[in-house]
Amino acid sequence: MSAALQVEGLSKTFGGGRSLLGRARPAVHAVEDVSLRVARGETLGIVGESGCGKSTLARMLVGLSLPTAGRIEIAGRDLSEQIGDPAAFGRLIQYVFQDPIASLNPRKTIRQILEAPLRHLAGLDAPGRRARISELLDAVNLRAEFLDRYPHEFSGGQAQRIGIARALAAEPRILVLDEPVSALDVSVQAQVLNLLADLRARLDLTYLFISHDLAVVEAVSERIAVLYFGRLVETGPAAEIFARPRHPYTALLAASAPQVGRPLSPPAGEAQELPDPYAPPPGCAFAARCPRAEADCRAAPPPLRPMGGGRAAACLHPL
Amino acid sequence: MTTLRLIWRNRLAAFGGIVLCAVVVVALLAPLLPLPDPDLTAPAERLKPPFSAGALLGTDHLGRDLLSRLIWGTRLSLAVGIAAAVIAAAIGSTIGIIAGFRGGRIDNLLMRGIDMLMAFPYILLALAIVAVLGPGLVNALYAVAAVNVPFFARNIRGVTVGLAHREFVDAARLSGKSGARLVFTEILPNVLPVIVIAMSTTIGWMILETAGLSFLGLGSQPPQADLGSMLGEGRKLLITAPHASIVPGVMIFLIVMSVNLLGDGVRDALDPRLRSGALSRPAAATEVRRKAATPAAGAGAGPLLAVEGLETEFQVGARVYRAVGGVDLAIAPGECLGLIGESGSGKSVTALSLLRLVASPPGVITAGAVRIGGEDTLAMKPEALRRIRGARVSYIFQDPLGTLHPLLRVGDQLVEAIRAHAPVPRRAAWARAVAMLERVQIPNAAARARSYPHELSGGMRQRVGIALALVNDPELVIADEPTTALDVTVQAGILAILDGLRRERGLSLLFITHDFGVVSQLCDRVAVMYAGRIVETGPTAEVLAAPRHPYTRRLIACVPEIGAGRRRLEAIPGLPPPVDALPEGCAFAPRCDKAAERCRTGQIALEGSGDRAVRCLFPEEVPA
Repeated sequence: MSAALQVEGLSKTFGGGRSLLGRARPAVHAVEDVSLRVARGETLGIVGESGCGKSTLARMLVGLSLPTAGRIEIAGRDLSEQIGDPAAFGRLIQYVFQDPIASLNPRKTIRQILEAPLRHLAGLDAPGRRARISELLDAVNLRAEFLDRYPHEFSGGQAQRIGIARALAAEPRILVLDEPVSALDVSVQAQVLNLLADLRARLDLTYLFISHDLAVVEAVSERIAVLYFGRLVETGPAAEIFARPRHPYTALLAASAPQVGRPLSPPAGEAQELPDPYAPPPGCAFAARCPRAEADCRAAPPPLRPMGGGRAAACLHPL
Repeated sequence: MTTLRLIWRNRLAAFGGIVLCAVVVVALLAPLLPLPDPDLTAPAERLKPPFSAGALLGTDHLGRDLLSRLIWGTRLSLAVGIAAAVIAAAIGSTIGIIAGFRGGRIDNLLMRGIDMLMAFPYILLALAIVAVLGPGLVNALYAVAAVNVPFFARNIRGVTVGLAHREFVDAARLSGKSGARLVFTEILPNVLPVIVIAMSTTIGWMILETAGLSFLGLGSQPPQADLGSMLGEGRKLLITAPHASIVPGVMIFLIVMSVNLLGDGVRDALDPRLRSGALSRPAAATEVRRKAATPAAGAGAGPLLAVEGLETEFQVGARVYRAVGGVDLAIAPGECLGLIGESGSGKSVTALSLLRLVASPPGVITAGAVRIGGEDTLAMKPEALRRIRGARVSYIFQDPLGTLHPLLRVGDQLVEAIRAHAPVPRRAAWARAVAMLERVQIPNAAARARSYPHELSGGMRQRVGIALALVNDPELVIADEPTTALDVTVQAGILAILDGLRRERGLSLLFITHDFGVVSQLCDRVAVMYAGRIVETGPTAEVLAAPRHPYTRRLIACVPEIGAGRRRLEAIPGLPPPVDALPEGCAFAPRCDKAAERCRTGQIALEGSGDRAVRCLFPEEVPA
């Protein structure tokens, strides 16, 4: 299978450098050395808690943010040259935002919002745009009468459908879905997830589905990648990764997710917080919270190693 | 349309608008009115008092008709003031938008330039500009405009910086827009109201400044009349002929006052924060206007909390939002009741209504009774209510950053909570606060008590929130989605603390959530809410294993569960009904596949046997 998206050694550092007076500014490594490969038609789930760098990663993938290092290749085309030009990315890869209402300009009608990508990315003329808009509305199950309304008149679920329609307008091959349902109620969440599944099958799309909700990610993904403190700590098939985690952090995540019929299991250990991003530990970032950590974990960050069965984990003492 | 109506409803703004309109209309009609030449001197007629024949407002020291000069002068002053405002707004907003949008070095360069402009006193700067360009009305206009550019630049830059990082701007970038197009089509429409507000509040000031320059002889040159120069000429005769300065003075006063009143009205009408009623102060307790007599209290000991037929409405204009439409609840001592529902189902309003914390106006409790230990909080005086709040009954909210005071150390906030209800010396209260922080497993509690809320992580802040709720040993704690904003690994810790404390202290807990997993881990009983009513209630395990209301069943089915693998979810079609237009009968009927004709009429009661009850005519079969 050809890769729809390939990322190598992607890193992003905020801050850093020196001030006018020559003092070093503090730097935060939001994403460090992330390499991913997503096959065509596949859904890769990316999970992690707040501050793990998942949104920074997503913004780099769609060209909204400049990587500090690394290479992005979409559909076999190296996009390193076009970085900083979201329009070049926009024809190949699109983004669906977490907050559906905030991602729509409050002073534009839905028609104006949907026309923008058709005009600027697809270069369609007026009749072409009109035809494509009604196609898009059909695809996301919205009625044509919504077109001349403003975003505040819509519920979260409807607004997210509009966001999806906009992302699909220029016929990209890949969608980056950044927490697309976490602002929605559960009954609406299921509607949107099913819509996404239908669209993927019909339009042969590739998804990167980012979420903090393990159950949602598991329900939609073929493979899952777990991020912790800016690094990939584990990747593997969705069916296995939470059932038989190899990395202790994945195990902690899976055990913490509230589940019907499972008793409360408070996480062990005092330190339940992320390390200080301005003073990251030299070794594995999870070592302070990890029950299996030993001296070698604290020396250098462990590399992501294959563990067989399509799985990989960045752990020296895997489960 | 609504904006105009809002301005009109503001009496002062309407008054200002009428006065200003009258002045503008008269000024505009000046060439058509039968006025004598304003510049025609008639030394014989000089300094005639007002109301003399042929000169309604009298004449000035050269015998020129004051009424004519006033109207022509007003015309000129208005034109210059408005032109200066437009020029200042255009230049200032352009600078502000460019600086705010581009950021970085360009922002720095432009704004430091603006800062330099602001370093001079405005009148000095205006004088300097006029001195360079030479006196004259047009040069005065340039000076006034230049002096006001920084006001617009700084204002608009602030707004633009906020907008440039909003998600919809990123979305437009991904739609292929960039540079000037992005500014004109995405940023500008959102900045425009702010520019209008800034202009409406400064235009009066600009008219005043122009008049000031003319008064000093730097603006309009004789014989041309504007309000400032008229005032300047009249000043010399203030004692002998006061009318010559009073007439233009009154006109300046009228114009500036009406412009400012109208400008404030425009600002209040356009500013979304003021529009949403941020200026109206809610009452100390939710208003209670019961339509029917209070239901009689049941005999005997009864539960700790008993809610009967609670109805809470929001009355906004002509619309009535029935957020809570008849809720019955009971919590025994030491029991944990989960209240589950989607957003807008009324679960939070129910919780806030118990101690009358719903903002009033617009909230009104229209029916029911809330008995805590037998006493009806809906009938209490505010002082009695205050003694219960935070002492016998306390709340934990979703967002601890919003509920903790940002400027007080967390220890001091706990001390304040303790001393609000008991006369404890400060030192003892501090010790109790630290002990409470230790109890919620805050590491190094004695040191952390001296931290400010922003220095703590989300999980630590919520621990403080729990400590704050429990520090006065309440009997009942109402927790409104306390872990929704937290990460799962942090959530697990918080839930464990809450569960441990509840069992240790025999607390009753009303736990509001939308997460079935959390309910099943924490709660003894669960009540499911939909569109302001409880549709099903019962022991948690039984309700989750065998839901009887179709809504409960389908809601459980559409939540993905970990370990179930990749699959299609069973979504519920449609949306919950808006609470200002609830359907008759069952509110879920429009989305229900079992709904029959009977479901859409009359009231459907919450009925059941034992500890389970369901509000449905066709409940699901319970497997034997």
